[in-house]
Amino acid sequence: MPDESLTSHPAHALTNLLRRGKCSPLQATTAYLDRIQALNPKLQALISVDEERAKNRASALLRADAERLPLYGVPVIVKANICTEGFEANCGSNILSGFHPPYHATVVERLERAGAVVLGMANMDEFAFGSSCETSCKGPTRNPWDLDRIPGGSSGGSAAAIAADLGAAALGSDTGGSIRQPAAMCSVVGLKPTYGRVSRYGLIAFASSLDQIGPLTKDVEDSALFMEVIAGLDSHDSTSADVKVPTYRAALRRPIGGMTVGVPKEYFIGGLDPEVERAMKQALAALKGLGVQFKDVSLPHTEYAVPTYYIAATAEASSNLARFDGVRYGRRVPSGNLQEMFENTRGEGFGAEAKRRIILGTYVLSRGYYDAYYAKALKVRTLIRQDFEKVFETCRAIVTPTAPTPAFRLGEKLDDPLSMYLSDIFTISVNLAGVPALSLPCGFTQAGLPIGMQLIAPAFGEETLFHLGSAYEQATDWHLRKPAAVAS
Amino acid sequence: MSAFETVIGLEVHLQLATRTKIFCGCPTLFGSSPNSQTCPVCLGLPGVLPVLNRRTLESGLKVALALNCRIQPALKFHRKNYFYPDLPKGFQISQYDLPLSFEGVLEVPAAAEAPAFAVRIHRAHLEEDAGKLVHKEGSRASLVDYNRAGIPLLEIVTEPDMRTPEEAYRCLQTLKHTLQYLDVSDCDMEKGSLRCDANISLRPAGAKELGVKTEIKNLNSFKHVRNALAYEIRRQQEALSSGGKVIQETRLWDDVKGVTLLMRSKEFAHDYRYFPEPDLVPFVLQSEEIQAVRRTLPELPPARTRRFMEQYGLSSYDAGRLTSEKQLADYFESAVQAGGVPKATANWIQGDLLAACRERNVEILDLKVPAAHLAQLVLLVEHQTVSSRMAKDLLKAMMKTGEAPEPLVKRLGMSQVTDSGTLQAAAQTVVQGNPKAVSDYRAGKRQAIKFLVGQLMARTKGQANPELAHRILESVLKEGA
Repeated sequence: MPDESLTSHPAHALTNLLRRGKCSPLQATTAYLDRIQALNPKLQALISVDEERAKNRASALLRADAERLPLYGVPVIVKANICTEGFEANCGSNILSGFHPPYHATVVERLERAGAVVLGMANMDEFAFGSSCETSCKGPTRNPWDLDRIPGGSSGGSAAAIAADLGAAALGSDTGGSIRQPAAMCSVVGLKPTYGRVSRYGLIAFASSLDQIGPLTKDVEDSALFMEVIAGLDSHDSTSADVKVPTYRAALRRPIGGMTVGVPKEYFIGGLDPEVERAMKQALAALKGLGVQFKDVSLPHTEYAVPTYYIAATAEASSNLARFDGVRYGRRVPSGNLQEMFENTRGEGFGAEAKRRIILGTYVLSRGYYDAYYAKALKVRTLIRQDFEKVFETCRAIVTPTAPTPAFRLGEKLDDPLSMYLSDIFTISVNLAGVPALSLPCGFTQAGLPIGMQLIAPAFGEETLFHLGSAYEQATDWHLRKPAAVAS
Repeated sequence: MSAFETVIGLEVHLQLATRTKIFCGCPTLFGSSPNSQTCPVCLGLPGVLPVLNRRTLESGLKVALALNCRIQPALKFHRKNYFYPDLPKGFQISQYDLPLSFEGVLEVPAAAEAPAFAVRIHRAHLEEDAGKLVHKEGSRASLVDYNRAGIPLLEIVTEPDMRTPEEAYRCLQTLKHTLQYLDVSDCDMEKGSLRCDANISLRPAGAKELGVKTEIKNLNSFKHVRNALAYEIRRQQEALSSGGKVIQETRLWDDVKGVTLLMRSKEFAHDYRYFPEPDLVPFVLQSEEIQAVRRTLPELPPARTRRFMEQYGLSSYDAGRLTSEKQLADYFESAVQAGGVPKATANWIQGDLLAACRERNVEILDLKVPAAHLAQLVLLVEHQTVSSRMAKDLLKAMMKTGEAPEPLVKRLGMSQVTDSGTLQAAAQTVVQGNPKAVSDYRAGKRQAIKFLVGQLMARTKGQANPELAHRILESVLKEGA
């Protein structure tokens, strides 16, 4: 039987236990591996696990200086689009089946150097194209709170895994909400850092100007802890920022009285699920009780965010996915000549949503259409960023729902891309503006489905998110609830 | 022929000889075993990111400044998207609307029978090279070598300022010579470190509007460029003269058959879907940086030509010819510094030395005649120790043995006879032995003295100073009259 006394802890608590010698890194890793074995067949949160590698690394930690390793013995899960030597980084796509990267992403290197133990790779929407984790070639991941529902996406495997205690924390990637939306739907804490805060080296790109790697964790403190490890300048990533990484945990458990937080009217409109609206009202009341002062603000270009995003992101994706041509790695469909080999490999290797986005992105970059679409989208993107800058002149942060609805049923929106795209309506602007945002649990529907609240800060204002998020978390207990569906 | 004017523009791809590739740390060595000079970045593996090598920027800047280009203060990279197995990412990182440099000019010096002219540079931008396909004989499979992928290239695009294949040829030569001055590329077309495509169109003489152009690829030497353009002029002329049209297309030069062949027409031209490379940030070039690179520029041919004319009193043709190639100009200046008389030194280089280079197909530095030796040779002639005719033989001996001229003169007993007593006696003998020529001379056929001088030279085994011999013979003939 899995040892829940170890797997239920957040990473900061677990690593303290390990440091004090209450159990060994190997015991912690083994406890998680046991739980994965018991529960993953139901959830499909992980698509590859390497028990031997994990146990070897955990054993090797016995010889390490625990005090110097901030993630000493912490078992982690990595999204399948973040290169980790020893694991298949298939991005949930057939076209990358068999691709074992010969190098570590910078974040993975930093995690392992900090003492973390990688257990396996998390399922995801194919190439992170999706909000439900259903487009993976490995099949859908299920939501631990209701196995008939999606976990959100695209980092659905990472979110479900942490919600079900299959790892102490996970890495995800967020291009338009892919960390925050599944975090909200699975009741975990998900952070999309400032663009440039975390190195993208080793992240298999979806949309390079929007992608960020971030942590999915069991509480806000873990989010801060993981950011201390993974954030910071990387000489392998020209877009990584040369900005000092603060000791984020210093922002935790401090009073927030008097802090001004903006409430954008464009995010509290018709179409918002009534139960989400109710939970948000309660959350705002709780924050008010802690001394937060709310201010009605406007982000007037919000309505253009989704179309802008689907032009900018698909344009970059169409180019980023061009390298999957069957020549060097991954899947190749043997054919009569070169052109056919390209066509057959890509035709069979990519799923429907990937093809849809490649075609859309190719179209918006084509001669004669560039100015009307891509160039225009870049201009709107600037306006959206300026919306945020204007609000941040008077507010320390912004609060919104993370997603307009709780988790929907498997298959419910799979054939309706537009309705699927709207699932990210509250998260997309943040990526376009390049600012950081945190999703944290703020309630449940009557049916027991998690609801998330999103906090947004100015660029490099992650400390504010941890400050505010930690205060809210201390005052509530949503983050402590565990899904009954996977209780042993 | 006169009914049409030819308009030619060139696109040159130059490999910059930096130690490492443009976006990763891989070495750029030529001729290494296939795929040994690669890493995840230049192989375009999933997840990797490019990081610009600043040295590449400096090299490119050097060329741009030498071509008198304006420099982009904030330059950007774009992605050029197309599928090909030698292109690891499915796009090439290149530059588009904000290239490194633009609006330059290359001054092409005068040639033997052609005046100098200028070619405007449209732009010069940085990009990465692709890999190379290797087709194995007898196999349907192709192999790919990515050693070349990511080697920095500077693409130099000229304005359509050339009117003949010869002008295009001379433009390329001047460009190559300029680049050699900068020491940024080995400019070896055989190794592919310099590649050239040519655009050519015809228009009715006097017309302002450009005609429809074709682009010619697969040009592996400057001679191919010249020959392909000459062929293409004939082909386009025939089409236009017979009432037909030139179709905008890309053509390949087949050097064996001596023709250009259709590669792809305009309808099949790629739409490269350029867009800003999101993995690289815009690069701001501070004017101090640009000035710092400018200070490292050597004196370039146009300036050096002017200096050679002023300082050494050379003609513009001589100065232009000598400074066109850096090693030639350096060699000339070393010889002058070692004491060589400038004008005579220039003549020796452009005459016998370059002729020997052509004959042996080597560079001037391979001739075993150090500049100091040439200076000695010039001085031996200047001081009349050897005659200019003897000096030619002496130079041949120097090239053979690598010895300095002075010891050679002694060893071979070549020094010129300038002792008038010795010559006087020899002249008497010649006059006595050739009564026919003597009587002709005295009868007024002044030309006859040439024969007598020749005889005198023969008697002294060519070592007589010809002027002195002439003068002494004249006086002997006068005496006897």
